[in-house]
Amino acid sequence: MNGIKDALVITKRQLLQLTRVPEVLIFNTIQPVMFVLLFRYVFGGLGAGIKGGYVQLLMPGIFVQTVTFTLAATAQGLAQDMEKGLIDRFRSLPIARSALVVGRTLGDGLLNIVVLVVMGAAGYLVGWRPTSGIFHIFLGFLMLLFFGYALSWAGVFAGLISKDARVVANVSFLFTFPLTFLSNAFASTTSMPKVLQYFAEWNPVSTMVAAARQLFGFHNTFGVTAHSFPSEHPIVTSLFYMVIIMAIFIPLSVRRYKSANSR
Amino acid sequence: MKSVIAENLVKTYRKGAVRALDGLSLDVEEGTVLGVLGPNGAGKTTTVRILSTLLEPDSGHASVAGIDVIKNPKAVRQIIGLSGQYAAVDETLTGWDNLVMFGQLYHLSAAQAKVRATELLEQFSLTDAARRPIKTFSGGMRRRLDLAASLIIRPKVLFLDEPTTGLDPRGRLEMWGVIEGLVREGVTLLLTTQYLEEADQLADDIVVIDHGRVIARGSSDQLKDQVGGERIEIVVADETLESAREIIERVTHGVATVDRGLRKISVPVPDGTQSLIAVIREFDSAGIHALDLALKRPSLDDVFLTLTGHVAEEVVTEDAGKKKGARK
Repeated sequence: MNGIKDALVITKRQLLQLTRVPEVLIFNTIQPVMFVLLFRYVFGGLGAGIKGGYVQLLMPGIFVQTVTFTLAATAQGLAQDMEKGLIDRFRSLPIARSALVVGRTLGDGLLNIVVLVVMGAAGYLVGWRPTSGIFHIFLGFLMLLFFGYALSWAGVFAGLISKDARVVANVSFLFTFPLTFLSNAFASTTSMPKVLQYFAEWNPVSTMVAAARQLFGFHNTFGVTAHSFPSEHPIVTSLFYMVIIMAIFIPLSVRRYKSANSR
Repeated sequence: MKSVIAENLVKTYRKGAVRALDGLSLDVEEGTVLGVLGPNGAGKTTTVRILSTLLEPDSGHASVAGIDVIKNPKAVRQIIGLSGQYAAVDETLTGWDNLVMFGQLYHLSAAQAKVRATELLEQFSLTDAARRPIKTFSGGMRRRLDLAASLIIRPKVLFLDEPTTGLDPRGRLEMWGVIEGLVREGVTLLLTTQYLEEADQLADDIVVIDHGRVIARGSSDQLKDQVGGERIEIVVADETLESAREIIERVTHGVATVDRGLRKISVPVPDGTQSLIAVIREFDSAGIHALDLALKRPSLDDVFLTLTGHVAEEVVTEDAGKKKGARK
């Protein structure tokens, strides 16, 4: 099918960009690895009483945080294409209207594979030992990728409505950064004020972290929402969130793209 | 046959507050170049965006090579090339990468796309720079590559939206050369510009637009005739200024205007060269020495001033001023 072929040409373009500007790939992987090392050794003490140490709790959290930031990366990439007028050229080509945005999200997804592999290796080196067996570990990574992919579509929309790549990158970061901290990603929610616990535990980042922990063979503790559906079934809840996010942002983005006005 | 037809295009922005196009109509004869001339904000880009399927008009009709751009945009995209004000190429990639990528997006096979990229790079004198990232290209090279990208499928109709805006004089001349080459090959071209010179140089026909409507149409010569015919301009030494004026008015039967500061006398004449020769003869016998003399045809600047009551460039600076104000 031509639509898929067109999208893959766009994905290839992104991979080519990485070979032309290797710094992008390097910084994209160095940053999460740096986070792994910093959190592992600065907050290592938080893991008192956790079997295998804090790093078992940390790694799923930091994986989720990293793929959450895909939102900003996608938004920035598309806003750049808008800024430079490239969107106009793509829209004047006889290609499927979805090709550019689908290609972009796939490219960002591929980049995430590389980043997750490198992070996983770094985690292993500092003591991360998933205990669930190869199949569940694979499922865990797959789910992380899909979570990043779903958020990538929110990034598409943000990139298309903004016209300034730097602004949209900053705004997306301001939005996603607190989301990843008001969660169970780095510390158990049980020590938070009660009101915050509700937010933190229903936060899609938290359910995704809980899902990843479960798939990597680590149990997750919930505070106020313990025994509620999301805390009992974080995998299903996370999948549900992903579907919702894509159901909202894919149609919005495709519609927006049709009337996209570079300037 | 008309290759491009636009009829009564209307496009408003901000819920009707801004009328970008206000019933604009134009057409381009196959194999010819139409220059769309107007100041910033006149509606040039909006027109191109509608004709190239990027934008739907509020009302009106448009077709390219007989295909309705509103009803059948996909078919139109197969046969047009578009090159905008901004070089719309991926700056991190090389020229080669860009052309191969766009070739594949036009559904050429990888091999065909490479052959075509090689041809185009050669045609636009970019072969040596082909493997360098676009970031390192000069403004003129970027525009040429952008133009090359719009020619991958040998479009039936080419739209160039202000192809030389922002280029230095050298880049502009290079670009003109490239465009003239395409015109010789017989491409149908719609070109927008705010440079009167550029329309004069490249276009067979010119439409002048202002506030979203066409206010004049014709060849460059016809438009100039609308403003009035030729003028003789003569500069003489101070002490002969008065007697020179008497002679000029007697010979040409016209009313001369005199710029005392520049010591320049200018007068409209119906039969340019004849009058000029007659004036020189009379000067000779009267012993008046002309320091400078010229037969001037009205420029498109004069045309614009006559048609719109304002100078093209003036509007540009006004616009820039507004933008600055908004940012504060």
